[in-house]
This record gives sequence, C-alpha cells and structure tokens, in this order.
Amino acid sequence: MFITYLRRELAGRRKQTAIVAIGMALAIALVIIVNAVSSGVQLAQATVLESVYGVGTDITVSQTPAAGDTSGGGQKFDFGAADGTRAEGTTTVSRSRLTATRGTSTFDATALATVGAVDNVSGASATLALENTTFNGALPTRTQGTAPAEGATPPEGGPDGAGGSSFNVDSFSVLGFDPADEAVGPLSAVTLTDGRSLTKADAGAHVAVLDSSYATSASLATGGTVAIAGTDFTIVGLVTAASADAATAANAYIPLDVAQTLSGLTGQVSNIYVQAASSTDIIQVQSEIEKALPAATVKTQADLASSVSGSLSSASDLVKNLGLWLSLIVLAAAFLIAVLFTVSGVTRRTREFGTLKAIGWSNGTIVRQVAGESLVQGLIGGAAGIAIGLLGILVVNLVAPTLTAGTTSVAAAGAGGPDGGRGFGGAAQAAATSDIVLTAPVTVSVILIAVGLSVLGGLLAGAIGGWRASRLRPAEALRSMA
Amino acid sequence: MYELTNVTKKYDQGKRSVTALSNVTLTIPDGQMVAIQGPTGGGKSTLLQMLGALDRPTDGTVHLGEADLSRLGDGKLGVIRATRIGFVFQGFNLIPTLTAQENVETALAPLGLGHADRRARAAAALDSVGLGDRGGHLPAELSGGQQQRVAIARALVKEPTVLLADEPTGNLDEGTRDEIMDLLEGLWRDRGLTLIVVTHDSAVARRAQRRLQITQGVLKEVA
Repeated sequence: MFITYLRRELAGRRKQTAIVAIGMALAIALVIIVNAVSSGVQLAQATVLESVYGVGTDITVSQTPAAGDTSGGGQKFDFGAADGTRAEGTTTVSRSRLTATRGTSTFDATALATVGAVDNVSGASATLALENTTFNGALPTRTQGTAPAEGATPPEGGPDGAGGSSFNVDSFSVLGFDPADEAVGPLSAVTLTDGRSLTKADAGAHVAVLDSSYATSASLATGGTVAIAGTDFTIVGLVTAASADAATAANAYIPLDVAQTLSGLTGQVSNIYVQAASSTDIIQVQSEIEKALPAATVKTQADLASSVSGSLSSASDLVKNLGLWLSLIVLAAAFLIAVLFTVSGVTRRTREFGTLKAIGWSNGTIVRQVAGESLVQGLIGGAAGIAIGLLGILVVNLVAPTLTAGTTSVAAAGAGGPDGGRGFGGAAQAAATSDIVLTAPVTVSVILIAVGLSVLGGLLAGAIGGWRASRLRPAEALRSMA
Repeated sequence: MYELTNVTKKYDQGKRSVTALSNVTLTIPDGQMVAIQGPTGGGKSTLLQMLGALDRPTDGTVHLGEADLSRLGDGKLGVIRATRIGFVFQGFNLIPTLTAQENVETALAPLGLGHADRRARAAAALDSVGLGDRGGHLPAELSGGQQQRVAIARALVKEPTVLLADEPTGNLDEGTRDEIMDLLEGLWRDRGLTLIVVTHDSAVARRAQRRLQITQGVLKEVA
C-alpha cells in the first residue's frame, strides 16, 4: 500500500514533484561542479607547487633577504685593459658569474643538520639557487690616451667594422643539490628523459643535468658540455617535470659542493625542503624548526599555496568565495522549496489524511507516507542533480581552460622559459609561470555528498510535512471540509 | 452496543464557547438501524464523531461495548476505528490518485494483511456493491453513485460491527439516493450491522427502525 500510494501521489502531482526535484537538482549539480572545480584548482596548485618544491615536501626553510642584502645578484663585470682577445681591430670580452639568485638570501648549511634533528622529520634536503650570467661584448680595439686628430681617418674595428660595439647578456638558473637527498625537494618532481641523474659519486665533479626544454632551446644534449661560471660541465642527463603542465625548478642541476665553490658561497644554502613523518606532524615540525632557526622563514604547503599567483590563484579565490556561498544559498533555497511544497501538499490533503485517520490509519503510518514521498522527490532531484553535475564536469573538462600559475619561490626563478634569460641585472625574484590545464575530477566522495544532500533535503521536508500531518485531528480534518 | 451517558461537547471559537452536544444520553443496541435528523449545525455530525471515536466528549462517557471511547488514547481509538467501525461520508472522501480497488484496500492497510489477501478481500467487497468490474478506475472516472458504492465497500471490507454514514446521499440525485440506501439497507440486514445514518432527508430517515432528532445539541426520539 505504501509504495502504491507513494507512486500514485508523485505521479498524480507531477507539477509539484517536478518543481521540488528541479530545485534540488540545480542545487546539487552546483555543489558537485563547485566541488569538482575546487578539487581541480587544488590539484593544479599542488602540481605547480610540486614542480617547484617537489613531491612530499611539507615544509620549506629559507631566509628572507634583509634590507641592503646584496648577496643575491647585483651584476657587475669588470674588465682590465688587457682582458679579452683582439683580432682585426675588435676586442672580444666574455665573463661568466655564478651568483645567488637575485632577491634571495643564503644561510649556513649547518641548518640542514639542525632541521634533520627535529622530531618527526622523515627527510630533508638543501639546495643552493643560483643564476649563471654571462656577459659577452665586442668593441673596437682602442689605443689608450691618444685622441683622434682633426681630419684623421674615421674609426675602424668593432663588430660592425665602423667602430661600433655589441654586448649581450645571457643567463640561466642553476640549482646546486646533494644527489643523496633526491627524495625530498625539487628533484623529486622530475623525470629522467635521457642519460642519468647525478649520484653521490658526482660530489666535487663538474657534471650537470639539464632541464630538457632548456637543453633544446640552447642546443645542448647529453654528452655535450655547458659552461657554468666559465667552467665546462659535462652534461650527463636531461630531466623534465613529472607533470606535463609544470616546469622544473631550474635550467641546470649541479652538485651542491661545486655550486658553493664556484659561486663563492661555500657552506651556504638558500632552501631546505623538509618532509614530515605524517601530515599530523607538520605543525609541530614547523614550530620546532622556527624555534631552532629563529632567523629562518619556515612555510608549510598551505602557506606556499598562497604564493601561487596568476589566473589559477584568481580561480581558486572565485571557487572558494563565490562558488561556496552560491552553493550554500542555492541549496538552502532548494530545501526551503521542498519544505514549503510538502507542507502545502499536506494542507491540501487535509481531508484525505483525515479520512485515512478515520478509517484507522495511525499517525505513524501517515507521517511515514509523507516522509516517503518527500524522500523520493529528494532522490529524484538528487539523481537529476548528479546527472547535470557530471555533465557540467564533462563540459569543464572538454573546455579544459588553461590557467596561468606563477610562484614567487626563489628556486623557481628563471625556470620554465626557453632561454631562461633574465637580462643583465634581471628581475628580482622573478616568478616562474606555467600554464596549467584546469580539470575537474569526479570523486566518489562528491557523488556521495550529493546523494547525502538529496536524502537530507527529502528527510527535512518529510519531517516537517509529516509533523504537520500528525497534528491533524480526524474530526477537525473532516469538519474543515464539511 | 452503544451507551452514551450525559455527553456534552463544547468547542472554543475565539473567546466564545459553542455547545455542539448538550447532555446526550443514548443507547443503541447491536444490529439496529438508526437515523439521526436535524437542521444544519444542530450537532448531528458531532454526535456521529463521538460514536465513531473520531473525537472525545468534553463531559460524559461514550461506550462501544466494553470500550470507553471517551477515555482511550488516540492510538487505541485508531485501532477501534480500524477494526470495528466503518465510515461513509457525504463527499465520498476517496483518495483521488488511487483506483477503486486501491481505495478499498486502504481500509485493510492498518490490519497488516498480506498483499494477496488484501487484494482479494477488496475485490470481493467491490463485487458485493456491484462494482466488481470497476476496480481499476480512478474516482474521477466514476459517477457519484459509483463513488459512494466504493466508499461503502471501503467501509465494509474490514467487516466492522458498526457502520456510520454521514449524509451518504447528500451529494446524489434522487434515483441514485434510493440505490445507495437500498444497498445500505441490504448490507445492514445481511450482515447484522449496527447502522447509524445522519441525514436531513426525511425519505432516507423513514427507512430506519429508529429516528432521532437533534437540535441545538439536544437529542430527542422521534416517534
């Protein structure tokens, strides 16, 4: 009787059922889409952060440069009168410098041991973020101290043969790291595409692994050489970011001790990457590192997420603020519609329920009937909402909007671009940008949440409507229709 | 048997109190057909509601056999209505979205019968009122007389001992009125029911063994 009556009522009152179901469907679809897009944005942010900070990095330790700190960058190239090579009236000069990435600060590498000694630290690695800048110039050879006489022969030499000069500055990022600590940090988010990676045995050696995009743009390959700080390094391998949407942290990777020596930053590092034993230990580890290294800047992944800029960041804000509130408002409206229609339905069926009570139906039976009808309306809305939500997700994934994501991490400075060029005295702490394709993943939890919401909405409407129905006294119900 | 002793029923209407029944004392033996007449607002329907365990008196007692309907809780009153009392209403009061067969089955739902048993009894009840072939029709597809027959089948399917009919022919034309009253009388005689009919129609009232008149809440026997 229950199922028959329920089926007949919902079929007999199609308009009401449709309105309630549509309201519920729209609300639930919105919740699903917002949730999925939010997950997609978080995934995209994680991908961007992983490429910079590596997989499994929970905390980063760095040092914010103090005012007037010029340890990071500040390019200056001095040439003596006898420097360069001379040929055909042209003097060619070239000089490379390896310096800390502009806008960064280095600190004592003993901090790595301090961090490693903190409870619940399962792994830590240190890197030195550098920038290799090469100045090349060609200028006409001049004789010092002799002014040209009036009517004398016009100047010659120089790259244009008419006394002109030409200068260019090229730079690329270099990351010094300890190959023994690859499990944590930027190198954990790369995939070897050619040759080999660096090993512990490469300590002190002039060997390098290059980012494959940079290698292609600079016409470099495994087995060749790359000049870093005027020293030739053998290229032993090429790497690419593990995620197709991100870039690696640097153009070139060399052993840490070699990086420290060539840059004159012996015993210095610029970042330490820390992995906590579990996610519940992160706050404790962060707190203890801050106590042990008071001058350091210690950030968790949550803190780092705020460093992601660009349209990805805007999308994240949009989803979190507008998306969340819009979902809540639409959901509340849908629930309200369901409740109002159910109560209105009970009122309209006063004589019906009065008659049923008169022929012996108990309060409980009538309440169950009303609740059952509301629950089914909610489930119909839920099913439609899931279908619309999945369709919305499909549309998002088909459109696959490309968002830009930038990070202001020092380790990312100079990465990603085809030439890595920053120019002479390039932008301080230049943000690495990458294009991320936004996807909206479908997760079981989102579907379950949707089903839960539809059940909740149906039960809420049913409970309130059932309460109204239970208060009907048969005599009054029948009298009211007399 | 019904025993009403000094039954009074008052309703609050804002600041006023309206007396619908005033010191009604009445005995109705089992198997009797009684007609209750009176002007509109005289207390007929209120008296029927007392007899049908739909409401409780403000004062006095209402006994149906051993059961004191004036003191029982809502749950127990519901059980009595489900098993011992059948109702027929002026407006038929059928569920519009259920078929004739399903409307009759609603009276059996509280008895916890199996699906097959319920269907069989409902079909038999419809057959007994001459609507065996109309079980699949919705109320809107039936005439007024047919709808009232369905309501009568619903009232009798649970084999009650009492049948209460509140203006059962009030919405019907003369011809159909006689058909319905013939049916009710026939069923009363065949089943030994206690049949109580509230009506303002003297033609209907004349069919009863006993006639009562109620005016402004005061009940009198009509000779």
